[in-house]
Amino acid sequence: MNPWPGRPAPVAALVLLLSSCELAPPPHLLGGDTTIFDETPNAFAQPAPGLERDDELHFFVGNSFFNQNWVLAPASTEARDGLGPLFNTRSCAGCHFKDGRGRPPEGPREMGTGYLLRLSLPGAGSDGGPRPEPGYGGQLQDQGIPGVPAEGRAVIRYESVKGTFGDGEPWELRRPVVSIEDVAYGVLSEDLLVSARVAPQMIGMGLLEAVPEGAVLALADPEDADGDGISGRANRVWDEAAGAPALGRFGWKANQPTVAQQAAGAFLGDLGITTPMHPTNDCTEIQEGCRAAPGGGDPEIAEDDFRKVVLYASTLAVPAMRDAEDPRVVSGFHLFQETGCAACHTPTLHTEEHPTFAALSNQTIHPYTDLLLHDMGEGLADGRPDFEAEGREWRTPPLWGIGLVETVNGHTFYLHDGRARNLTEAILWHGGEAEGARDRFVALPGELRAALLRFLESL
Amino acid sequence: MGDRVADYRFQDAARKLVERGAQRIVVVPLLASRFSGHYDHRSRMMKKMRRGLGGVGILLAAAGCGRGEAELEAMKGDVVATYAEIVHASYEDSFRAVEEMAAAIAVLLAAPSEESLAAARIAWLAAREPYGQTEAYRFYGGPIDAAGGPETLLNAWPLDEGYVDYVEGAPESGIVNDVAAYPKLDRELLVLLNEAGAEENLSVGFHAIEFLLWGQDLFADGPGRRPYTDYVAGVGRNAERRIEYLRIVTELQVEKMEGLVAEWAPNDATNYRTSFLALPRDEAVRRILVGIGVLAKSELAGERMFTAYDNQDQEDEHSCFSDNTHRDIAANALGLMNVLQGHYRRSDGSTISGVGMTALFREVDSELADEVEALATRSLRAVEAIPVPFDQAIVDPDSRPAVLDAVYALMDLGDRIAEGGSALGLTINTALPG
Repeated sequence: MNPWPGRPAPVAALVLLLSSCELAPPPHLLGGDTTIFDETPNAFAQPAPGLERDDELHFFVGNSFFNQNWVLAPASTEARDGLGPLFNTRSCAGCHFKDGRGRPPEGPREMGTGYLLRLSLPGAGSDGGPRPEPGYGGQLQDQGIPGVPAEGRAVIRYESVKGTFGDGEPWELRRPVVSIEDVAYGVLSEDLLVSARVAPQMIGMGLLEAVPEGAVLALADPEDADGDGISGRANRVWDEAAGAPALGRFGWKANQPTVAQQAAGAFLGDLGITTPMHPTNDCTEIQEGCRAAPGGGDPEIAEDDFRKVVLYASTLAVPAMRDAEDPRVVSGFHLFQETGCAACHTPTLHTEEHPTFAALSNQTIHPYTDLLLHDMGEGLADGRPDFEAEGREWRTPPLWGIGLVETVNGHTFYLHDGRARNLTEAILWHGGEAEGARDRFVALPGELRAALLRFLESL
Repeated sequence: MGDRVADYRFQDAARKLVERGAQRIVVVPLLASRFSGHYDHRSRMMKKMRRGLGGVGILLAAAGCGRGEAELEAMKGDVVATYAEIVHASYEDSFRAVEEMAAAIAVLLAAPSEESLAAARIAWLAAREPYGQTEAYRFYGGPIDAAGGPETLLNAWPLDEGYVDYVEGAPESGIVNDVAAYPKLDRELLVLLNEAGAEENLSVGFHAIEFLLWGQDLFADGPGRRPYTDYVAGVGRNAERRIEYLRIVTELQVEKMEGLVAEWAPNDATNYRTSFLALPRDEAVRRILVGIGVLAKSELAGERMFTAYDNQDQEDEHSCFSDNTHRDIAANALGLMNVLQGHYRRSDGSTISGVGMTALFREVDSELADEVEALATRSLRAVEAIPVPFDQAIVDPDSRPAVLDAVYALMDLGDRIAEGGSALGLTINTALPG
């Protein structure tokens, strides 16, 4: 009868958790001293407190490059020309609206929702990363400048997946089936691997960058030596600035080691903007229009401006938890640990010296991630390797700010491809190593499920 | 005009200072006996310590001035009431100016000519003067910024001009020219398209109207030069649609301004003003301080001035089509002064005077109040000293220091406003981007 072997029986847990006045509330300063207190639609758009005065000012410059649309070269707007030749959106904010989260498009003509398809072939590319599709490259770019046809467009349809909670309440999930239509550069490879992505919220990246590598590796347990059913592997990726392998920290597969490299990759892939790190556009051999298109400078975003965007992306502050002392939130926090969610969504990490931004150094933070890869089961698998990440593996995404996505972005679509329409669905999709935690959640009575969700919403 | 207004305001401020000094003479003997010189000769460090003490600081200071907490509370009430009066009056002035702008635009659309276009532009510029001052009432979730509030429909920027209408090299660009995607222009569509996909995809508001009146500013020696023939049916490409577009966004502007006036009108039990006045005093004071603190430090110094200064790109200036950015900046700074002094000079020349935020600071920390007044004065003078037009000031090596000087003055003002909040026992985050 006890669905949680080796753990307190549900009735005992229930009593414990409902009398939550005995329990400690969760830590609410999610970003340590750099936490901000904002519950408005601008909650993801603020600088970390404590920045140096010049950094404070440069934050605004980074913000302007983040928000403003890039335009065709040549243009009178010299600082912001060079869009494309192939691209997905015209500005960073086009995907990270208000520095927040993207979602799947609701129709074929919707623009800039923060959704894209990664493409590759089986095996590894030259630097150990994914092997690009020969005609289309590493992602489907669904827009092009005049004279350069868009590569194609993603079409999503959903299949229904049904089930029932332990207390008999039914649930229904939607499983996306993605196809690519209107292809412009010939037939796609037969063994093409496709993985959909939504843009995550931008907060707290500099803090995660300042978590020492050793602390992340200490959380890894690739062989599950402790027998808790949870492994956790570090992704080793290529650090282009260092010219060496490094711990992957960012991206849905932990395939980027630094904020700078993540940003440079997004500039090139999503906007078609060259940076000091990627000085040439990534047109494929057969994309002649792309190869012949005029550039907007060399690189298209100047080094100094690029650094300010990296500053901006690194220092976007994490909002504080709301209602941390609400009894249901407190219960939910402890249920989160009891059910095993916290085994991967690690509540607390510590930063060491940040090389650039002193304010981010030596902070106790609560990102609810271990930055590691976990086998999430067949339901979420994309079957697409990315450095050492395998097809069923995903990085534990941070949960800080997750309850403010609706306020900032007006939606509650979660998971890497936005298939989950709310937090419950996101939990229900958890499989693989997370199946035990998911099953415990499913077995909970409605009241306790609601408390756990209430905790997540307060993050 | 700016100088005259400023002079007037400083005379008025000076008069108030004298009056306050007179009050102070009465209370000084009291403190001398109770604090044996600590108050008069306290070191800067002591003052800083006291600022850090927050709520404790209030008690000390209130006792030090011989005033009870009840009197300080009463003064907060006066500050809040004065603020509400000023907010309402300035939104009313803005609404009337926008109505006049709408009338001028109606003439332009009915009978396009050099003259009617020039008159519409003048009316737009005139509407910016009161509106710019109202930006001191933003950033705390009041009616302008509340979820679903009209700010992004009224004054969002920067605007991707190619999103609205043709630009150089792209004659068929923009919603105006996209007949296939948008066969019929109406208010719902233009509101729906505002910020669709990206924050810079602005379809409505002051800057959309500005672009429709001036066009791109491709000239070093002046603003944009959109020809009036853009509004002559059959002559301007898609002129009928442009006429319709400008008509819709202008009507929307009038309607949204009217809504703000209503939210701050007196004696309406259901509006924001009533709930604002019913707030705990400290919460109302906190909101007022967040508004001016964020405007000074982040929105004005950071986003509107330093970003343009640093990028040296006129795309980053607030009113880039009309070359009116210098007035936007001056009006914003004047708005800060209005709230600090509890004083507003209406468009018709009449004035509203009451208790300002600086007076409240003075009750808890007179040295800080002096600093705030000095910095507010310095900020206003510094922004008025920036050479015109702003898009040249940010690139001319001789003018750039004046821009940076104003940026620093406003940042410092924002920091001191936050300290004023601390002295009152409140936490003010000035680092909110707009």
